[in-house]
Amino acid sequence: MAAAMEEHRRYLTKLDSEIGDGDHGTNMHRGFQAALERLEGAQAASPADVLTDVSMALISKVGGAAGPLYGTAFLRASTALSGKEEVSARDAAEALEAALEGIKQRGKAAVGDKTMVDALERAVVAAKEAASAEESVTRVFRAAAEAAWEGAESTVPLTARKGRASYLGARSAGHKDPGATSTHLLLDAAARALEG
Amino acid sequence: MVGLVLVSHSPRVAEGTAELVRNMAGEIEISAVGGDSDGTLGTDPEGIKNAIEGLDADEVLVFMDLGSAVLSAETVIEMLSSDLSERVRLVDAPFVEGAFAAGVTASTEADANECVAAAMEARTESKLHD
Repeated sequence: MAAAMEEHRRYLTKLDSEIGDGDHGTNMHRGFQAALERLEGAQAASPADVLTDVSMALISKVGGAAGPLYGTAFLRASTALSGKEEVSARDAAEALEAALEGIKQRGKAAVGDKTMVDALERAVVAAKEAASAEESVTRVFRAAAEAAWEGAESTVPLTARKGRASYLGARSAGHKDPGATSTHLLLDAAARALEG
Repeated sequence: MVGLVLVSHSPRVAEGTAELVRNMAGEIEISAVGGDSDGTLGTDPEGIKNAIEGLDADEVLVFMDLGSAVLSAETVIEMLSSDLSERVRLVDAPFVEGAFAAGVTASTEADANECVAAAMEARTESKLHD
């Protein structure tokens, strides 16, 4: 995920400079570098511990709205996985759903508001379908990533109703939402890591 | 004693507002948290947490300017110990005017409810009175 944020830093920042304050790529890169450092320095014992460490790094280092939003998402996913040594496909889908609920609660956003919820809501639906079909954890994340890509693309025509872009009103239409895009990139990175 | 934490995207807005409040309210417990962890424009949840924990106050009122300042403050409340989080409130009031009204009220040894009420009045109070 940190590598994906490094690779796509300029792209996210470009999207953000069109309708936001132009720092999403830089911020996400900084946050995930901090997460990497924290994980290297700590001895996370379980999947939940890893997610908590990532959450704390994102909350303190991302800056902007994405920090608390992604931080809350990782924290809720950690809670969903607490006490588990191994993550099943169903666990993974539930953790993604918990992350989505956290983001919706924190950002008070719904589908159609042109936010990361547009990507993550679709990702959760796809992840749950894949988990119900007895697919592997890897397939759950791949399905989630593909659905998140569609969700991110779906934000292009939308008028933003949350965040800085909402002040632009109709002028925000025609641009892809940076948060929905980074959600897709993170899920895609997770799927790639599992695919090896 | 009620303490105030002022959270702004801008260090200068946070510090300038705190200066204004101190000037009219005297030496109340107040902490300004402006900018992100690098001191550039943004918000810094860890800084907000440290500010809340560092105040010598029975109750803490947090004022936020825009967007991510609110999200960061809400996230911090979840991260605090439960005995502290019960004594912390986010105030849905205009940043400068609300902090000013709450600070002056706090300087009279008023409780948090009275300070919040004063801050909320700043939402609707007309400036030009015409």
